[in-house]
Amino acid sequence: MNRINTCFDQIKKNDKKALIPFITAGDPSSNLTVSIMHELVRSGSDIIELGIPFSDPMADGPVIQRASERALAQGTNTDDVFRIVKNFRSEDQKTPIILMGYLNPIEIMGYENFVNKASEVGVDGLIVVDLPLEESTRLQEALKMRDLFQIFLLSPTTIKERLGKICEVASGFLYYVSLKGVTGSDKLDIKLVEEKILQIQSKTKIPLAVGFGIKDPSTAKAAGKISDAVVIGSALVKIIAEYSDNTDEMRKRIKSFMTTLRQALDSIS
Amino acid sequence: MHKLNRNKNDATTNAHDITPDESGHFGVYGGRFVSETLIGPLEELEDAYKKYIDDPEFNAEFKSDLKHFVGRPSPLYYAESWSEKLGGAKIYLKREDLNHTGAHKINNTVGQALLARKMGKKRVIAETGAGQHGVATATVAARYGMECVVYMGAEDIKRQAINVFRIKLLGAEVVPVEAGSKTLKDALNEAMRDWVTYVDDTFYIIGTVAGPHPYPSMVRDFNAVVGKEVKEQCLEQIGQLPNVLIACVGGGSNAIGLFHPFLHHKEVSIYGVEAAGDGLETGRHAAPLSAGKPGVLHGNRTYLMEDDYGQIIETHSISAGLDYPGVGPEHAWLKDIGRAEYVSVTDDEAIQAFHDLCQIEGIIPALESSHALAYTSKIAPKMDKSEIIVVNLSGRGDKDIQTVAVHEGITI
Repeated sequence: MNRINTCFDQIKKNDKKALIPFITAGDPSSNLTVSIMHELVRSGSDIIELGIPFSDPMADGPVIQRASERALAQGTNTDDVFRIVKNFRSEDQKTPIILMGYLNPIEIMGYENFVNKASEVGVDGLIVVDLPLEESTRLQEALKMRDLFQIFLLSPTTIKERLGKICEVASGFLYYVSLKGVTGSDKLDIKLVEEKILQIQSKTKIPLAVGFGIKDPSTAKAAGKISDAVVIGSALVKIIAEYSDNTDEMRKRIKSFMTTLRQALDSIS
Repeated sequence: MHKLNRNKNDATTNAHDITPDESGHFGVYGGRFVSETLIGPLEELEDAYKKYIDDPEFNAEFKSDLKHFVGRPSPLYYAESWSEKLGGAKIYLKREDLNHTGAHKINNTVGQALLARKMGKKRVIAETGAGQHGVATATVAARYGMECVVYMGAEDIKRQAINVFRIKLLGAEVVPVEAGSKTLKDALNEAMRDWVTYVDDTFYIIGTVAGPHPYPSMVRDFNAVVGKEVKEQCLEQIGQLPNVLIACVGGGSNAIGLFHPFLHHKEVSIYGVEAAGDGLETGRHAAPLSAGKPGVLHGNRTYLMEDDYGQIIETHSISAGLDYPGVGPEHAWLKDIGRAEYVSVTDDEAIQAFHDLCQIEGIIPALESSHALAYTSKIAPKMDKSEIIVVNLSGRGDKDIQTVAVHEGITI
C-alpha cells in the first residue's frame, strides 16, 4: 500500500491533521536537505514535499524561485534529487515523500524512466505544477504501474464540471491551492477557501490538503479546521535561506517553527 | 527551378495537420501546460476568441484599426538593386517595418487588445525582450484606454533603454524582472505570475506564437494578415505566387504570419531562419529548431534549448528579439512534417546583411529581419532569375543601431 494512504488512514483514525512541509532539494545543499527532512519529521511533519529545482518556476513566488536558483547553482540535478530521497529512506521508511516540480525535467528523462527511478528510491507521489489533468494521461499510466500517485491541484478557478473529472482520477490526496496567485502569496481569504472546500468534499472522500498562503500557526489552524492537511512552503524555505550559513541555528529555527505549527494543528478540536 | 532541395511536400500536409486540434495540439506539440488556476481563464479566453474571430463587427473593427492606426496594407517592395547584385531570384520585401511602431508586433496587439475590450478586461500585461512587443502593447493600451504593465528582464532593460522610455512615454509601467537570467524567458514567467494573481480583470497579451493554447493559434491568426496581403500583392504585382518565403524565427510570430496562408500551396517553399549566434557549434546561439530538443516550457510542448536534465539554458543572439530558448509549437510541427525548413545564420552573417540592405536598398532593417535577409543572400544566387522570393522585413532597425555600433567597436 502507498505510504500516502497509510499516512492518511492513521491521521483520520487519530482525528488529527496532517502537516506537510515543502522544501527544495539541494537548498542549501544535498546533504543538508537530507538532514532537514529528518528534522521536519522529528518536529511533527507527516508528509514531505520535496521540490525538484527548475530554471523557470512559473507558479512560484520569489522565495521558492530563489531556492530553486540556489539549488541549481549548487549543481543539483534530478539524479541528486533521487539520491536525497534514497539517503533519507535509509533511515526513514515510513514518511511519505512527494516530489513537486515542473514537467520538463521529467519529460526529458521519459515518464517511465522517471517513475521507475522515483519508485526505486522510495518516492510515493508526484505533483507536477504545469501538468493539468488533460495532458496527464501518459504520466498517470506510468505512475499506476508503480503504485505512485499523481497529486492533483484544485484552485479557486476550477469550475464544477472539471472538479468532478479531477476527483474521478485523484489518488492519495487533493491539493487545494487556496488563492489566485503564486506560492508565498499573502492574501488568504479563509471564508472563500471554506466555500470551495465544501464543494470539493461533496464530490469526493479523498483527503484534502490546503496550501499557498499558509505562513504561521494561525493560518495553519484556520486552514486545518476545514481540511485534512496543510502545506507550508515559503515560510519554511525563508528560514532555510536566512540561516544557510549557520546550520545549527537553521535546525533550531526549523524545529521551533514546525513545532508551533504542529501544536496549532493539534489544538483543533 | 533552382537547385536547392525543395521542402518535402508529402501527403500529411493537409488542412487538419496544420490547424491545432481541439485541445491546441499541433501533432505532439502545443497543448496547455499550465497550473490549475490558469485553466479556467484560458478556457474563457478560448471561448471569447472563437466567438469573436468570426464576428463581422469584431473583424470590421480589427480591419479598420489595421488600416487607419497601423497603416496597412504594408507594401510589397521589389528590391531590384539587391536582386541584381545577388544575380539570381527576384527578391521582394514585405515591409512590416513601415507599420506604426515599426514592426509586425502591432498586428497582434491590436487584435488582442480589441479582444480584451470585448471581454471587459481593463488591465493588460505583456512580456518583452527587446521592447518591441512592450512598445506595441503600451501603444494599444493607450489607444484603447487600458492600464498596462510590461515585464522586462533587468538585463534587457539595460540593453534597451530607449524602448523602455518609449513604453513609459506611452503611459505604461515597466517592471524589471530580476529572476533567473533576467531576460525574455524570465519576463514571460513573471507575466504569467501576474496573470495568475490578477486574472479576474487582467488580459495577458502574449507577443509570440508560443504559450498555452489558444495563444499560438490566436497570435498566428492576428498576424496572418501579413501572408494574406503578400498573396494578394504577389498576384496583383507579379501575377504569380512566390516560389520561396523566408522569415526569421525567434518565437516565430512574423514567420507564421507570413507562412500560414501559404501552407496549402505546396509549390511554395518555406524557410524559417533561426539565430545561430556565434555559431551552432559553439553552443552560444538561439536556435532550438536547428539544435534543440522537444520539451515543455511556457505552457506548450515545443523544441527547446535545454541541458541534459531539462533545465532551460541561456541563449545568445545579437538580436534581442530572437534571443529566446523556445519556439512556437506550430513551427515545431512544420519542421517535423517537413512542410517548412529551418535553417540558421550567425550574428556576423546577419550584420553583413544588415549593412547590405542599408547601402544597396536604403532600408535599415531590424537585426531580427537581417537573419532572414542573410539567408536570402545565400539562396537567391542559386535560383533562376524568373523565380520569386518574398522575405518578411519584420521590423525596422533604428532600435538596433546602438547594438551594431557596439559590435563594430564604434562609439556614437
